[in-house]
Amino acid sequence: MNFPILTFLTFIPVVGMVIILFLKKENVSAIKYTALLATGIQVVLAAVLMSNYNYSLGGIFETASFQFTEKFRWIEISDFPWIGTIKIDYFLGVDGLSTPLVLLTAIVTFIATLSSWTIDRQLKGYFALFLLLDTGMMGVFVSLDFFLFFVFWEIMLLPMYFLIGIWGGPRREYAAIKFFLYTLFGSIFILLVMIGLYFSTTETLADGSKVFTFNILEMMNTANYTVDGVLSPLNPDNWRFIAYIALFAGFAIKIPMFPFHTWLPDAHVEAPTPISVILAGVLLKMGTYGILRFNYPIFPELTYQLAWYIGLFGMINIIYGALAAMAQRDFKKLIAYSSVSHMGYCLLGMASLNTMGISGAILQMFNHGTITAMLFLIVGVLYDRTHTRNLDDFGGIGTQMPIYTGFVSVAFFAAIGLPGLSGFISEIFVFLGAFSYDVIRVITIISTLGILLGAGYMLWTMQRVYLGTLKEKWMQLKDLDGREYAMLVPLTLIIIFLGVYPSAMLDVMNASVNTMVKFMQDTQSFFSAIGR
Amino acid sequence: MNIENLTTSLQLIKPEIAISILLVVIVLFDLIFDKRKNLLPVISIIGLLITAYFVVEQFSMNNFAFEVGTLGKGLLAVDSFSAFFKMIVILSTIFIILFSVASSEIINTGDRHGEYYTLIMGMVLGMFLISSASDLILIYLSIELMSLSSYILAGFLKTVDRSSEASLKYVIYGSVASGIMLFGISILYGLTGTTNLYEMNALLQQANVGGFTFIFAGIMVLGGIGFKVSIAPFHFWTPDVYEGAPIAITAYLSIASKAAGFALLIRFMKVTFFQSLSADGSWIMLGIIDWQRILIALAILTMTLGNFAALWQDNIKRMLAYSSIAHAGYLLLAVAIFSNDGIIAVLVYFAIYLFMNLGAFFVVMLIANKIGSEEMDDYKGMGSSTAFLGIALSIFLLSLAGLPPTAGFIGKFYIFMALLNADMIVVAIITLLNTVVAYYYYVRVLKNLYLVRTETSHEKIQVSFGNMIIVLLLLIPVFVFGIYFTPIVNLAKNSAAILGF
Repeated sequence: MNFPILTFLTFIPVVGMVIILFLKKENVSAIKYTALLATGIQVVLAAVLMSNYNYSLGGIFETASFQFTEKFRWIEISDFPWIGTIKIDYFLGVDGLSTPLVLLTAIVTFIATLSSWTIDRQLKGYFALFLLLDTGMMGVFVSLDFFLFFVFWEIMLLPMYFLIGIWGGPRREYAAIKFFLYTLFGSIFILLVMIGLYFSTTETLADGSKVFTFNILEMMNTANYTVDGVLSPLNPDNWRFIAYIALFAGFAIKIPMFPFHTWLPDAHVEAPTPISVILAGVLLKMGTYGILRFNYPIFPELTYQLAWYIGLFGMINIIYGALAAMAQRDFKKLIAYSSVSHMGYCLLGMASLNTMGISGAILQMFNHGTITAMLFLIVGVLYDRTHTRNLDDFGGIGTQMPIYTGFVSVAFFAAIGLPGLSGFISEIFVFLGAFSYDVIRVITIISTLGILLGAGYMLWTMQRVYLGTLKEKWMQLKDLDGREYAMLVPLTLIIIFLGVYPSAMLDVMNASVNTMVKFMQDTQSFFSAIGR
Repeated sequence: MNIENLTTSLQLIKPEIAISILLVVIVLFDLIFDKRKNLLPVISIIGLLITAYFVVEQFSMNNFAFEVGTLGKGLLAVDSFSAFFKMIVILSTIFIILFSVASSEIINTGDRHGEYYTLIMGMVLGMFLISSASDLILIYLSIELMSLSSYILAGFLKTVDRSSEASLKYVIYGSVASGIMLFGISILYGLTGTTNLYEMNALLQQANVGGFTFIFAGIMVLGGIGFKVSIAPFHFWTPDVYEGAPIAITAYLSIASKAAGFALLIRFMKVTFFQSLSADGSWIMLGIIDWQRILIALAILTMTLGNFAALWQDNIKRMLAYSSIAHAGYLLLAVAIFSNDGIIAVLVYFAIYLFMNLGAFFVVMLIANKIGSEEMDDYKGMGSSTAFLGIALSIFLLSLAGLPPTAGFIGKFYIFMALLNADMIVVAIITLLNTVVAYYYYVRVLKNLYLVRTETSHEKIQVSFGNMIIVLLLLIPVFVFGIYFTPIVNLAKNSAAILGF
């Protein structure tokens, strides 16, 4: 197909942003509908992408089996002293790893746009930044050139800083700068590893000449390593181990993995509802996506060596997040810590290094994206009406807002992992996969405690907020309006649909996950041959 | 020297001649047409554009002008390396003249505009000579020419105490630095019997004169240059002078004189101490000490000091002064790699630094024109009252911090590329941590602009059409070179060769 669908997916929001910048500040509805239109087109394009997606192609390391690829030379500087030709490609493409996340980004952003209707100050700036953020997120998932990836990764930083910092709660300045510096700190390590890998791998051009490359797929090919690159396994004093840790840490801050998680509760509590939705729904997945896209296939030998630690941190995330969530009084903080816990499942699944576990991890990313987005929307709905998030202030909301509480129970039970809802499938995949890898079996067994704890804090919250006797001051609360239905219904449908028929999503990623697992096993012989 | 030699040499210094003529024209015009002072900037810009034409001609040249001695070396090296820096000087001068037209500080100086533009041209002449000088005497003279003009310009606002203080401090510190440098030069001459850098190098290659005294003298000269580019521990003048001088002059000092200083630093280091090229493209240097270690240590000291001191500044001009010290550190680091990669990184960085730093100073100036203050507290909540300037300032500051997709990222990116290509990983990590610190103080301005909600609303700041064009002229390159940087890197690559190597 010649239509450059990924470019459109990525840059439609920027077009929307430019239009918004030219609109008058007073023209509120035009601004809102432009943003809605831009994100709506994105959803349509994502649907088109899904319907044309070839389920049998693996991707991961072969250019040929990536889909919807677009590639042209972006920067080319020849005869650079001692480096030769410097080239950077504009290289986009998707495989089973990124397609679910592209879809997730489109859906969550669209729903977050709907949720942004309640923003009442400086709308023009808000939606311009919001759409810029959207481009950054989409770009991260579709770019296959490390340099391009890094640019998109960094583009997201600033809009997020402002979105939390201007439209956030009372401690927004602190939360915004904390988020900013944390993520920046992680990205400098990514930058360093990127340049290190650049000088360690070469790509053979059509004319047979070898040039250094930013192409992620070429970086995976073991035949491409230079003899003396800092991150080349052929170099006896290479820095691969440190680079692996640095890269992992850079992504782990985004997940956020214990002990780098402290920015998350602050950011969530202060951020406005739609930004919390984006943050939990999409941004956190970039960490796990990055690890799967970069750490796993580029450093397969270290991934095998360090899988136990990845699993261990997954376990800590699960247990620690759940325990911390249990102690919260603030509804949003509770959901934030539950995110920490749920992202731990992703790490655990990834540590299993087998198809089932990794599929479970990716599915968990998608499911967590939809479920947590819904949970934050639920908090937002309540906060809009009551202007408090203190769990002790509530009680008996269920009798006052029955339809709303119906949606709440779907989301809560999905988060707990009740069979029939999407969360169950991904968690069961993660546990089955992780359990079958004997290295992390003990960790897996301990991690199952997380399910129990999860049920504990979720049901306790349910009880405190929605059951019991209704307080007098909440007698006036109205049930959902049309816009809120539009936000909650699609997510509910996705959650139920994937709970009943998970193959719809598993089939998308299956070929790729198989390819990745096989690729990592195959490359082991290369690394063992050179004694790594 | 015969007549033929002289005429060919004069052909090679057309830009310098053009600037000298321009200087005279400005003086005469000022004397004769006393009432038409508003034409002075126009004349200056036209003159600079003509000079720019001659500079462009020099891009392909590779000659010595004013040959002396037996080896056929000359006083001036006319090569594309010097042409690149002359171009940076011309571009920044043109922008500074535009700034001066818009600056209320300068407008209020009344009938002294003639002197102002004359002094600027004096600085330009000095900087031109600095960027191609290859003889110690000429180096000293041209540095003095540049410095004397800049001392007066820093104190140009006679009625403002701060400005006079800045000028005085600058003179005192500057004289000491020049004195030390001159002392070093005299020792170098005493040891080698020549003032020409190339001849000195030829001597060093044969005989072993690179003993302790020689190195000490070399460090003294470096100190003099280091003062001009504000490298720690020679940076103490920078914050005070930057804060006190008129903003247009502060911006000028931060770009043009720094560019000239770095051109000299690179030429001095490479021409004097270069021994041979190693297999991986880095330079092997002469001398009993490890030049690379010294420069790296100084660079890390400079950037760390600059970045951490900037964290505590409440005056934005002072903050930008410390930030420019930090940037001098990054640039020195790129020099310290001692390879052509590093030089290219310096050139790329300067080409980008020009736009973003001038831009930041210009917006600060436009805001100061209106609110009469450069204190960060006065910026609180201003983002909504002056959307255009707020966004522009944010982008310039983020580019200085190095956030993609702005051009500042590309500048830093090439420095890191060069560092990693030279296997200096630990240094690269220290530098990167430094950039994270830097983000904090740049973003602090953004925080004051947008995040802080104030009770009192600011009056709207209207930007005139002309000023908006100037901001856009600076803003567009910051974006374009961030996304498509091929031309700028190509230019730097072709300008990196120094005459004789």
